[in-house]
Amino acid sequence: MSEQQEALFSKKNRKLLSDPLDDNNPITIQVLGICSALAITVQLKPALVMAISAGVVMCVANVIVSLMRNLIPSRIRIIVQLVVIAALVILVDQILKAFVYDVSKELSVFVGLIITNCIIMGRLEAFALANKPWRSFLDGLGNAFGYGWILVAVAFFRELLGAGTLFGYPVLENLGLYDMGYENNGMMILPPMALVTVGIIIWIQRWKNRKLIES
Amino acid sequence: MQDLVNIFIKSIFIDNMVFAYFLGMCSYLAVSKTVKTSVGMGAAVIFVLCVTVPTNYLLENYVLKEGALVWLGEGYENVDLSFLSFIMFIAVIASMVQLVEMIIEKFSPALYGSLGIFLPLIAVNCAILGGSLFMQERSDDITNITEATVFGLGSGIGWFLAIVGIAAIREKIRYSKVPAPLRGLGITFIITGLMGIAFMSFMGIKL
Repeated sequence: MSEQQEALFSKKNRKLLSDPLDDNNPITIQVLGICSALAITVQLKPALVMAISAGVVMCVANVIVSLMRNLIPSRIRIIVQLVVIAALVILVDQILKAFVYDVSKELSVFVGLIITNCIIMGRLEAFALANKPWRSFLDGLGNAFGYGWILVAVAFFRELLGAGTLFGYPVLENLGLYDMGYENNGMMILPPMALVTVGIIIWIQRWKNRKLIES
Repeated sequence: MQDLVNIFIKSIFIDNMVFAYFLGMCSYLAVSKTVKTSVGMGAAVIFVLCVTVPTNYLLENYVLKEGALVWLGEGYENVDLSFLSFIMFIAVIASMVQLVEMIIEKFSPALYGSLGIFLPLIAVNCAILGGSLFMQERSDDITNITEATVFGLGSGIGWFLAIVGIAAIREKIRYSKVPAPLRGLGITFIITGLMGIAFMSFMGIKL
């Protein structure tokens, strides 16, 4: 039986890109990658840098493990995966330190924690170990976007309501909201509100997409 | 002694792994459906932290940081291997978890059976790597191996408190009228947020 060469962006492959945005979102449905989603979303800039860094590691790690998938003995697969991820994160960390030093200082331990970002391990175990490199790359990319949009959404509200700025640009001041009596909501900058914000995002997501509701 | 007590109390309440730094959230949310599994998971996390933080402390101070290799010879003063921290710490953690798994399997097969898949998953629990990375970052507070062990113990106990607390609450709200879209994950996030606010009351305490 000859294998049909699947189109690069066939329907099945496009689903890999679109599922993690809503139906199979890594943060709100798969419950992975929560730690970083809460900790570095105080401002938009570090959140975006984190989303891009984790996304790069996700895609490249998926491809590497998928290429090696037939060579890794099952007993040591966790250690092999960790080594691949750790090496990539060291690379990303050095690049961040070289090009955006101030943001890398803000991210501090959380760049290292990309290693234990459950999304990367989770997708390696669930997908890359059993699928071809191109599909694994698409899966990594889809999950990177799914993770990224939640990070940006939470950071957007936290920075806007908590500090009145977006990317450091004083939006609320220019809109004249301070004159109308708005005061920066100090609560939004604190950790607990990140949890409540994600809870509300989950609420809205499941209200719009009824089949995601837990029984 | 005073220092040890300070570090202990600080790492349980003020620098709580879950509520102040959001580490270990994935297993915290996934394992907290019943109190029984939470206690098992929490105990395993305490044990692994107690073992890995001092080991990584030794690694950090005698191999990794700048000038650490001085015991090998005078010429190694300027060698700074700290860029290898991530990979060395995670290697130590993965091997310790494998060791713990083998020991538990040998000495208490019942416990091994009840922990199941969660034991190997502790290797990727960000609270464990986070504990070691914080120990590395706070090198002025943590100056010897006893302090490192107490820090590990305290961080573990803080995580344990958090997960058992949320599990107890989740067991109770199963019989409450939570709106359908919030059921399960959504309400857990919001409750954790509220618990975080409660723990913030410890924030201003200066020890």
